[in-house]
Amino acid sequence: MSERTVIPFGPQHPVLPEPIHLDLVLEDETVVEAIPQIGYIHRGLEKLVEKKDFQQYTYVAERICGICSFMHGMGYCMSIESIMDVKIPDRADYLRTIWAELSRMHSHLLWLGLLADAFGFESLFMHSWRLRERVLDIFEETTGGRVIFSVCDIGGVRKDISSETLKKINESMDIIEKELTELTAVFFKDSSVKYRTKGVGVLSKQLAHDLGAVGPMAKASGLPFDMRTQGYAAYKYLKFEPIIDTDGDSYARTTVRIKEIFQSIDLIRQAISLIPEGEIKTKVVGNPNGEYFTRVEQPRGEVIYYAKANGTKFLDRVRVRTPTFANVPALLETLKGCSLADVPILILTIDPCISCTER
Amino acid sequence: MEQNIKVIQTGELLSHAVSLNHEGYRLVAISATAKEGIELTYSFDKEYDFINLRLEIDADTEVDSISPLYSYAFLYENEIKELFGAKIRNITLDFNNQLYRIPIETPFAKKEEKA
Repeated sequence: MSERTVIPFGPQHPVLPEPIHLDLVLEDETVVEAIPQIGYIHRGLEKLVEKKDFQQYTYVAERICGICSFMHGMGYCMSIESIMDVKIPDRADYLRTIWAELSRMHSHLLWLGLLADAFGFESLFMHSWRLRERVLDIFEETTGGRVIFSVCDIGGVRKDISSETLKKINESMDIIEKELTELTAVFFKDSSVKYRTKGVGVLSKQLAHDLGAVGPMAKASGLPFDMRTQGYAAYKYLKFEPIIDTDGDSYARTTVRIKEIFQSIDLIRQAISLIPEGEIKTKVVGNPNGEYFTRVEQPRGEVIYYAKANGTKFLDRVRVRTPTFANVPALLETLKGCSLADVPILILTIDPCISCTER
Repeated sequence: MEQNIKVIQTGELLSHAVSLNHEGYRLVAISATAKEGIELTYSFDKEYDFINLRLEIDADTEVDSISPLYSYAFLYENEIKELFGAKIRNITLDFNNQLYRIPIETPFAKKEEKA
């Protein structure tokens, strides 16, 4: 057996937008074990629910993550609405769905850029992020914000989107789809992309199941888990199937995310064609009393929002199980047996969000 | 979504976890809520069938780790141990309250004063 070496990886590393540390145990250039260390940015946002009332906490929930901020707000609001038995207007459900799918598009495009950057394909990185700007422009036009929107509220949404703007969004989808087809052809066909991702970090279907993987990490290994199929928001009215792959490698995880962007475009078009006229918010009276688990499909996978209320305006507890938290064990498994040079790519392929993880 | 929460005794946790594991349920979360003691909720899923096991323990009660059954439970258990002070024994990878390395001891165990 070769002599074992421990190499510290992170918390500062060129491919890591956020801090995580791994002790990589190597034999020659091969990783045999990885031991994680987090805790560099723990913010205690769940604890803040004891100081902010249940209405104010919507703004805190949105700040758990800068990428899927809308879906954090939505997950929290859905929990409180379920406890209070509030039925939000159909139009609000559709608007939430449109913003949620736009969030998925911008998250996956951001990730594609980071992946390209990680293996030194700078022009591909820039094109991915240039396309993402188009999505952020839609956010800005419809919500006023590009990162934190503050449009989701308990009982519905705070802003409507006019039919004229919805038509413009539809036209933008055509442009984005065309540019995305050109962009992703590189990811699908380029030999250097395949060289760095094909067969790298294979996670079998059984292991993905046994390690509790979620989102594209699980779907790329053949597990069709997608909480949208359970019909929250307007998804119950839309036609779609979870996108899966069976290879379980980094290339499959890339493919699943790319196909999910195209799927989001389709879902947005469907939502725009079906959105009814009407109110966007139900008036919420009183304080919540009870508990509820909400499960929402974020870009990185399933998030679980648990809220426990006591009849006052302050909740007893909000607990958020984020997708990255669920995917860390699967990451550690895929690192075993990989080359040291592949570690950055593998960490990226779970699309880690440490801010979410540490909340 | 159906909310299936089953209250169990501390000593029943492992047998329930073994049954669920054999039936193919995945562990999807372990949550804790500070009360007079600690309320622990173990959430499992099998093809969207969502089951929760609930334990209500006092601060001194020791709970067996389910990480020998669900290896990835170690992250949830370390988090609860460090933030709430729950006494969880036999965690397969125990960070000894150094997962987040927060200078305040068990910061989630006590309620804050309202604003």
